[in-house]
Amino acid sequence: MATGDTAMEPVLSVRNLSLEFVTRRGVLRALNEISFDIARGEVLGVVGESGAGKSLTGTAIIGLIDKPGRLSGGEIWLKGQRIDNIGHDGLRKIRGRRIGMIFQDPLTSLNPLFRVGDQIAETVLTHMPVSKAEARARALALLTEVGIPAPESRIDAYPHEFSGGMRQRVVIALALAAEPDLIIADEPTTALDVSVQAQIITLLKRLCRTRGTSVMLITHDMGVIAETADRVAVMYAGRIVEIGPVADVIRQPKHPYATGLMGAIPALGAKVQRLTQISGAMPRLNAIPAGCAFRPRCTEAIGKCAEAVPPLVPVGATSARCWLHEAQVERSASHG
Amino acid sequence: MFAFAIRSLAQGVLVLVTVAFIAFSMFRFVGDPVVNMLGQEATQQDRQELTERLGLNDPWPIQFARFLGNAAQGEFGVSYRQGRKVSDLIKERLPATLELAVLSAIFATGLGVLLGVYAAINRTGFVSNVIMTTSLIGVSLPTFLIGIGLIYIFAVELRWLPSFGRGDVVRLGWWSTGLLTESGRKSLILPVLTLGFFQLTLIMRLVRAEMLEVMRADFIRFARARGIADRSIELRHALRNTLIPVVTIAGLQLGSVIAFAIVTETVFQWPGLGALFVNAVQFADVPVMSAYLMFVAAVFVIVNLTVDLLYFILDPRLRSGRRVAKGH
Repeated sequence: MATGDTAMEPVLSVRNLSLEFVTRRGVLRALNEISFDIARGEVLGVVGESGAGKSLTGTAIIGLIDKPGRLSGGEIWLKGQRIDNIGHDGLRKIRGRRIGMIFQDPLTSLNPLFRVGDQIAETVLTHMPVSKAEARARALALLTEVGIPAPESRIDAYPHEFSGGMRQRVVIALALAAEPDLIIADEPTTALDVSVQAQIITLLKRLCRTRGTSVMLITHDMGVIAETADRVAVMYAGRIVEIGPVADVIRQPKHPYATGLMGAIPALGAKVQRLTQISGAMPRLNAIPAGCAFRPRCTEAIGKCAEAVPPLVPVGATSARCWLHEAQVERSASHG
Repeated sequence: MFAFAIRSLAQGVLVLVTVAFIAFSMFRFVGDPVVNMLGQEATQQDRQELTERLGLNDPWPIQFARFLGNAAQGEFGVSYRQGRKVSDLIKERLPATLELAVLSAIFATGLGVLLGVYAAINRTGFVSNVIMTTSLIGVSLPTFLIGIGLIYIFAVELRWLPSFGRGDVVRLGWWSTGLLTESGRKSLILPVLTLGFFQLTLIMRLVRAEMLEVMRADFIRFARARGIADRSIELRHALRNTLIPVVTIAGLQLGSVIAFAIVTETVFQWPGLGALFVNAVQFADVPVMSAYLMFVAAVFVIVNLTVDLLYFILDPRLRSGRRVAKGH
């Protein structure tokens, strides 16, 4: 929605972010040169298979990388403020206050021994100069807003007294408690019933739109991305291989991996015997091949793919990290 | 909650009755009380009369019922050796043991939880490593050796503290306490340390391990992601979740501290129930032994009941009755 507005400063700007794990057997690069922006009110979908680095990117932004992981390069900017080097206490003030996070499993995200209202009020009190009574009033308002029935009585209930979907609503209320600029939602619907998934996504989208909150939506559900996101980033083996407006990436993916991923979405009404499938598996971190990491599984690989990692270059409406397009760009330039 | 308490109580009573049966059958295996009481010279007539009077001709269920009835009133007959009522002997010895055990329990749990939390939070620090290494000694050294070692250092070499006995005690009704005199307090220190040291190290290691486990939980990560302060995450969110399994183990351990203070009491010549029991075993004083058996069982039942009720305070997930009551 705000993609066209180039004058506006992005809420989140990630520049060449790299992350590595120092292990006994050497240094493993888990994230490589990740760059993207999220504009105000924008929903950026991040897709990719397990281990591609989606969740790690979200965790790195909020500064919750555990040892032996460490940022080895790049910058993270939040509304013009650099946040990747501000230390433990600086980050703590940003977490929850300016960046909210939603985790995959609502059943384990809430402390089982504390009433949900108290957990929300705790977050509010941590970040806002309000009294206990005001914090509780705010907790009640949030519970109402996320659609908890009879919030006046449920505010004093414990997490185990809620269903999975209701708990994820509470988690959303918690993430929004201090009115953050950005929500990082890490597979928010994966652990839920299919029938509840749509409700949660709709709710998240509505709440963020009314507040102008940006969302980084990490998922491997392409259906959710297609319905919810404004732009989408496709990740593979620690790199963004394609990023662009969601309609373009879905209709005309430029990177062969993205093409394979989109081919795996079943279309309603179309009679397909089998969905396309990308053969092979993503390489492990300690066995990423030289050149393009996708080359061993790619059906269109050319000689150059083994030599060097392709740069992320604009191709039409999106940007892709693939040598095929460099060739195309060169060819069309020479013909023209 | 009420139903749960009733159920726990019923289980406790069942345990007590079972132990009572074992205590009761002890009388049958350890000689004939009639012979013990009348001696060798008694006539057949005398024996039959006494047997009849003691009710020993009744079928055993009736005898057992009588034993239970007496036990419920705290009566276990007369000590063979001392010729006094067992209930009086226990009453006399109980304060010494309880004082020792309760102080040890407070020492062990208080310091154990504190050190455990510290060692968990500063996992790699130097002090934590020192604590963990020292605790290994506590877990592996037998209690009597710790006691003898403490006596050697503080009583023999340094001459700071007495090596045996309770010191001067003050009588408050039937209760006697060593806490109100200086010599009484001094006498308590070494036995309390000895009795509590093993529990202390055990609880500490347990708290540390549980806390490290809890700190890896998703809700702790989520609390961090919400920007909650570290102290609050550690001491509010993590500690409370840590305490649930710790209460179970600590409870059982405290039961055994009260019940099996025998070794410590022997090392320090402590005039408590443990010493009474050891003497009773040496002289096959069955009434005292059976009373002690019942006492130990009662302590464990009471401790377990308390632990069960503590769960309710600590863990809302067990209070499932609320949910129904609220109608959601």
